[in-house]
Parts: sequence; C-alpha cells; structure tokens
Amino acid sequence: MVNVLLFAQFQEAAGRETVEIEAAGQSVAHVKSVLKENYNLQDLDQAMTSINEEYVDMDTILNDGDTVAFIPPVSGG
Amino acid sequence: MTEKFISIEDVVHKVIRPEAGAINTFIGTVRELTDGKRTLYLTYEAYASMAEKMMARIGTEIEEKWPDAKVAITHRVGRLEISDVAVVLAVSTPHRADAYEASRYAIERIKQMVPIWKKEHWDTGEEWIGNQQGTKAYALGSKTKEDLHG
Repeated sequence: MVNVLLFAQFQEAAGRETVEIEAAGQSVAHVKSVLKENYNLQDLDQAMTSINEEYVDMDTILNDGDTVAFIPPVSGG
Repeated sequence: MTEKFISIEDVVHKVIRPEAGAINTFIGTVRELTDGKRTLYLTYEAYASMAEKMMARIGTEIEEKWPDAKVAITHRVGRLEISDVAVVLAVSTPHRADAYEASRYAIERIKQMVPIWKKEHWDTGEEWIGNQQGTKAYALGSKTKEDLHG
C-alpha cells in the first residue's frame, strides 16, 4: 500500500487528509490519475509531488509503504 | 515550525557568534491589503516534517554558497492576525554583503519549495493562496506594478 497525503485545497476538495492506494510498482502519475478520478481533485496538475518527504517527478515508481504527498503551489513566508 | 508567537530575539540569538560581524534578518508579517482586498486574518498550514527538512536544506544550501554563513529560520502555522509575524529568518556572516544576499536567497527559496500554505480570509470568503486563481491574480498584480514603474 501507498499512503497519500493531501493538504490545503486538495484536502478540502477530497474531504480527507490521507488516502491509501494499492500502487506499489506504479508511477506517481498513476496515483495522480486515480485521485483525479475518485476524489474530485482536478487541480492536481498544479501540484508538486514528494515521496517520503523528497520532491520527485511524475515518472518515479512507488514502493510498498511509501508516503506520497501532492503539494499544492506553496505560499509560505 | 511553531504554532506560537515567534520571538525575533530568539531567532537572532541562534546565529550570534564571535566570527560574525553582521546579522541580517527578514521578518514576514501578515498584510491587511492585497491588491485592494482586505484580509481579516490568515491561516497557515504545513506539511510540518517535510517543511522542517526543506528549511534545513535551505540552511545547507546557504552554507555551501556562503561558507561562513549561519542561518536560523522559524515559520509559524495556525491562525495569524494582521501584523502578526509569520516567518523570521536570521543570517550571520563575517561581513555584511553576504548577510544581505544570503537572507534574500533564504526567503526566496522558502517561497519556492517549503510545503507551507496560507489561506486568506476575507469578509466575502476565503481562498488558499498559491492556487491557480491566486497565482494568476498575483502575477497580474505584479506585472501591472512593473508596467507602472517601468
């Protein structure tokens, strides 16, 4: 299983903070398309993505137990 | 990262040392008016563990670019009122030029890559800033200002 974290507008749109997805061996892009279809997250294309707290690109392949986060455009500072 | 009031003094004290001849600070505060729109208060949310990791990385980047620099960064999350301090960073270096440059670098990197989000609350509604509409509005706003000054 892969644990997906949602923040800010994504968390509000999906109505939840985390989603568990069976996605070991799949790419980040695959997880994104699953979330878009099932959780009302059409704006995910604007997100950066991290695996285990490191930024990655959409082609990165997931391992069992990974934590994926879709990071909306940041606005700290 | 903290949910409480940030002591500017405490952040500055983290970088004071005998080798330093200059300390530059940047203090980010909550602005009431943005493009003519009145903000009532802000809420900041973070992916706290990753945000701390990325802030530490910015510190490492600075120490690579300016080997004699020492950096401290504290960012607040939760509800902040107008004029509350949202972020304090301090950079100490032997000479002032590096302290100015490195502190500018630090805040720009925070705005690029640290997973923190702010939501503006108005009397007419609320919005996560950095989303598509916000980014566009701000981009247009700054372009207009440049045009006016240019």
